[in-house]
Amino acid sequence: MSDTAAHEEPELIQLLTPEGELTEHPDYPLDITAEEIRALYRDLVLVRRVDSEAITLQRQGELGLWVSLLGQEAAQIGSGRALHEGDMAFPSYREHGVAWCRGIQPKELLSMFRGASNGGWDPHEHGFHLYTIVIGSQALHATGYAMGVQRDGAVGEDGTAVISYFGDGATSQGDTNEAFNFASVNNAPVVFFCQNNQWAISEPLERQSRVPIYKRAAGFGFPGMRVDGNDVLACLAVTRAALDNARTGNGPTLIEAFTYRMGAHTTNDDPTRYRDKGELDEWKAKDPILRVRRYLEANGLADEAFFASIEEEADKVGETVRSQCRNMPDPEPLDIFHEVYAEPNVHIDQQRAEFADYLSSFEGAGAEGGR
Amino acid sequence: MGTNLTIGKAINAGLRAAMEHDPKVLMMGEDVGKLGGVFRVTDGLYKDFGADRVIDTPLAESGIVGTAIGMAMRGYRPVVEIQFDGFFFPAANQTFTQLAKMRRRSAGKLAMPVVMRIPYGGGIGAVEHHSESPEAYFQHTAGLRVVTVANPEDAYWMIQQAIRSDDPVIFLEPKRRYYEKTEVDTGASIDEVTPMGAARIARPGTDCTLLAYGPMVKTALQAAEADTEHSIEVVDVRSLAPIDYPTITESVKRTGRLVVAHEATLTGGPGAEIAARVTEECFYHLESPVIRVAAFDTPYPQSRLEEHYLPDLDRVLDGVDRAFAY
Repeated sequence: MSDTAAHEEPELIQLLTPEGELTEHPDYPLDITAEEIRALYRDLVLVRRVDSEAITLQRQGELGLWVSLLGQEAAQIGSGRALHEGDMAFPSYREHGVAWCRGIQPKELLSMFRGASNGGWDPHEHGFHLYTIVIGSQALHATGYAMGVQRDGAVGEDGTAVISYFGDGATSQGDTNEAFNFASVNNAPVVFFCQNNQWAISEPLERQSRVPIYKRAAGFGFPGMRVDGNDVLACLAVTRAALDNARTGNGPTLIEAFTYRMGAHTTNDDPTRYRDKGELDEWKAKDPILRVRRYLEANGLADEAFFASIEEEADKVGETVRSQCRNMPDPEPLDIFHEVYAEPNVHIDQQRAEFADYLSSFEGAGAEGGR
Repeated sequence: MGTNLTIGKAINAGLRAAMEHDPKVLMMGEDVGKLGGVFRVTDGLYKDFGADRVIDTPLAESGIVGTAIGMAMRGYRPVVEIQFDGFFFPAANQTFTQLAKMRRRSAGKLAMPVVMRIPYGGGIGAVEHHSESPEAYFQHTAGLRVVTVANPEDAYWMIQQAIRSDDPVIFLEPKRRYYEKTEVDTGASIDEVTPMGAARIARPGTDCTLLAYGPMVKTALQAAEADTEHSIEVVDVRSLAPIDYPTITESVKRTGRLVVAHEATLTGGPGAEIAARVTEECFYHLESPVIRVAAFDTPYPQSRLEEHYLPDLDRVLDGVDRAFAY
């Protein structure tokens, strides 16, 4: 087996070519209107804008860190828009596009990377779990949640499906493989959505896997497929099919969205140390946003005014993101002690009281402690 | 309503009562179904509650705890069995980085009513990784509650209290005491029995407080009985996180001496924590330094040596003698 077997490119499931030509796939027909495609275009542009604003804010010292989704917009918007309202998504930490689809305000994401919250949105309200930093842990949470869905009898025509997001690096983790196995033996209604962006920080795909990632599913006894991760329509169609399969009781699927992380792993990373510029240029030609625009233009489905209005909206989103970030209050010092336990805890109560006393011992400090 | 039960049977009865009380309570683990667990603690539950509520899992501890977290998010109350103490370690990540932190991370939006049952401790002549006392790891992790039982009465009630808690509870079962039998008042009300966070005076005394939990409580009681020279008070700590310090410090203030005995290794063990806190709170009442009797700072030895490794009656009495030497 060659060292590049993991890169082996079988037919990627694709509906929209990089040149913007719409094709048909026999297994994944997509019934979609021009208006819906324009809406997807809007999503793609806006999440890219949120991302670029966040990178800038990090450079300006407003965020401790940012994890860019640049290049992965189609994988996230396509799969995210395939979810039904009652479905539940378990993200890793780069799923800003999926968060967008689930109605999480960008400021919530920024708040976490600014250090003002731990990611405090309500997972149940949005059908979107908190970001999980420890690689692969959330694949098991998704599987357990899906096992709960089964026990609720929420499988069937209008059933609930669960999706777990992770990257190519996570496929090396034991938890991800345990999740595959638990999901398989339980026939749990869960879709594993791997965004193979080719790099786990500086480790290329060849250091993660000797086989294409989607092929691993076969060893666990469920279907796996590889989709063009830069094709928002293909990601939508394939994820929709896999989710429907799960919700109607046919068990798990592994989707490998073959894509590319065009930026750094995080704002702390320097990809020029480990990858060629040529590779980036090659992927730029497959840009997920450009191809939708080409399609819309070539088929007369959107005019200049449409694209200008989206740009204008993006400017507004950017402005909102910037001001929300800069105006975000720091949490109160005594928040340290909040919500560690559901039930009263004497150790924490005592330490909170002592710390409150200590804070109030400073001249001019309020009851909650000065800042 | 009194019933004579072993600790193992009392936990079994407690699990059954919890499952009858709340249809969201589930059992999960390796061999918990048809076999009833390797110690038979889940015996009969599979037959009566079915495979959907008593789930035989793949042999993967991280998978067991990780999926239990997802189940809890969906509104279930999973009771996970980790077959032996040493097998908790493959699930350490899910326990420490996920289970313990989820409530805090979600700003209270997510509860984690997961119970991890772990048969722990030595003294059964087992092979490697089947005799460890990992309680200090749990105790050190914010977000977890840690309890351990020493008698059938507590076993029956505390497992039910643990299951009703909205916090994750590490429920440590002293495996070498599974077959100890006493009367259990199963007819009492769960709201009236001693809460699971409270320490208990297992034997009153006036000269020295001897503190123990789980499997060591029996040894401590034997030591107190054997020391005819002094009046030894035995306190069963019961909850290691949080620790009921008022009960402990009141006892120490009365007796003036404290000996802590446990099977966990000495350095950084629960005894170190208790000694530090009691020294802070009872400094002027103490007639002697707080004495610790613990396992050695070595890996758990081969079982032919465990009788020397585990603090036994004589080593506990030696600890008491050291306290009285001042």
